[in-house]
Amino acid sequence: MSELNKLTIAAARDALRKGEVTSVELTEACLAAIDGAGALNAFVHKTPEIARERAKAADERLKADEEAPAMCGIPVGIKDLFCTKGVPSQAASNILKGFRPEYESTVSQQLADAGAVMLGKLNMDEFAMGSSNETSCYGNAVNPWRRGNDVAQLTPGGSSGGSAAAVAAALCLAATGTDTGGSIRQPAAFTGITGIKPTYGRCSRWGIVAFASSLDQAGPMTKDVRDAAIMLGAMCGHDPKDSTSADLPVPDFEAALTGDIRGKKIGIPREYRMDGMPEEIEKLWADGTAMMKDAGAEIVDISLPHTKYALPAYYVVAPAEASSNLARYDGVRYGHRAKLSQGDGITEMYEKTRAEGFGHEVQRRVMIGTYVLSAGFYDAYYNRARKVRALIKRDFENVFAEGIDAILTPATPSAAFGLGEMADSDPIAMYLNDVFTVTVNLAGLPGVAVPTGLDRQGLPLGLQLIGRPWEEGDLLNHAYVLERAAGFVSKPAKWW
Amino acid sequence: MSIDTDTARKVAHLARIAVKEDDLPALAGELSAVLAFMEQLNEVDVEGVEPMTSVTPMRLKRRADVVTDGNMVDKILSNAPDAREGFFAVPKVVE
Repeated sequence: MSELNKLTIAAARDALRKGEVTSVELTEACLAAIDGAGALNAFVHKTPEIARERAKAADERLKADEEAPAMCGIPVGIKDLFCTKGVPSQAASNILKGFRPEYESTVSQQLADAGAVMLGKLNMDEFAMGSSNETSCYGNAVNPWRRGNDVAQLTPGGSSGGSAAAVAAALCLAATGTDTGGSIRQPAAFTGITGIKPTYGRCSRWGIVAFASSLDQAGPMTKDVRDAAIMLGAMCGHDPKDSTSADLPVPDFEAALTGDIRGKKIGIPREYRMDGMPEEIEKLWADGTAMMKDAGAEIVDISLPHTKYALPAYYVVAPAEASSNLARYDGVRYGHRAKLSQGDGITEMYEKTRAEGFGHEVQRRVMIGTYVLSAGFYDAYYNRARKVRALIKRDFENVFAEGIDAILTPATPSAAFGLGEMADSDPIAMYLNDVFTVTVNLAGLPGVAVPTGLDRQGLPLGLQLIGRPWEEGDLLNHAYVLERAAGFVSKPAKWW
Repeated sequence: MSIDTDTARKVAHLARIAVKEDDLPALAGELSAVLAFMEQLNEVDVEGVEPMTSVTPMRLKRRADVVTDGNMVDKILSNAPDAREGFFAVPKVVE
């Protein structure tokens, strides 16, 4: 078998069981691909020793146990936001430089328990705050896709930019991501891969560096929908260490992929048709709608009236929670501590440490969060945003109560843009990247991005499907139908 | 609501982030721009709406009040920038 790193999880799983390939061979193929892809800056901490050791163990387990989990022997990348025992885990921030956790996040532990092979840690925006991977202390991750023959470097999206670039360039079979406002789905759409953010509470947040605790969720980033179903199953489940983790059974998501959505109701929200939306995105959305209809679904025009207020509500709630979560980075227990001058006390230590350790966007969001939580502004900003959030969630509850099974929207307002192209824009322009995805986090719903087409310049574009809470299986089945109908098979031409 | 230099200085201090005096006007401008964006929320009628506390209706689980771990001073201190004699060390807090 050639180019083992290009296999899907499902194909590798089947080949492993037939004895056509070993996990060691899969892992070596990925390690070689990673070593040859320095230009993408996707893997920022490589763990070849751990990978080889786990691959060997997986091969032995596969020989001994016919019932070994589907993820057994599958080489994956882990976003730097996940704490991994003894391996640098710094959320792409200088303030966590040198931090090696003494513990393992629940999600990465569950993957390891299932026999998955960790290849290393993946680039991302600092503390997952960003939509282009340009706030990383490791430098930009680079999208393997280019605009035709133009050599300009494009963003893989963010915050899970390294995960998206790594999967799209086949440096690993799949990767973990996290999504607070669109950080799995936007990079997946920018790189032509599949990414699902499950229902809030599906995946344990324990051991994942916290950004905004009421919005953060982990999820898989994969080459196709089937792989997303397989890997999601291994990542989620109840965890007593996260009090918001749902004590619900985890269904077999892959078994839900029947390809049959006849009679299902697909909602098309009119508020997502924005002024100035590029024609290509309009067409992509219309084509996707037609595909669902051809598959036997009923298309229903729906209204989610508070959509417009999702971004401003998000940019109150998320920074507020971040300012609280990031208070722990004080130079005392882990990470960076600033060099102090004669006479500096503990306050100077905090202030200098945080000024040196946090990048610009993180500082800005921490300060916004501090402001909206401060005395006199708490009601005007934070409480009002939480009320608007309740209304946004109610919008979704209303359409689901009317019998809608899934909602189809664009995943992003554009294709991947050039690195540095947004440098002179105000922060709000960057925040608009999440305009179609952020509602889903505010409402705690599952959402999946699926690549369905290319733009005029040959860049991938994706659609998003939003599902009912806890019904990731049904949602993935809708995504599976869309994937098959769209027949998206393009891959980036290798230049790196 | 726009933020002036004094407010920016106060917010930076509350956030425990050192900002140079020269950088305060630019910071005030950036914070004002983000806050202006949030002003849209004032258009929404939120009369009688409860602020969301939990996105999924769930009762937080309680666990038994028992000790589940401990006795790992070395592990806890292993990442400390300055640890001495089993403690985190910091500059003098009380004169």
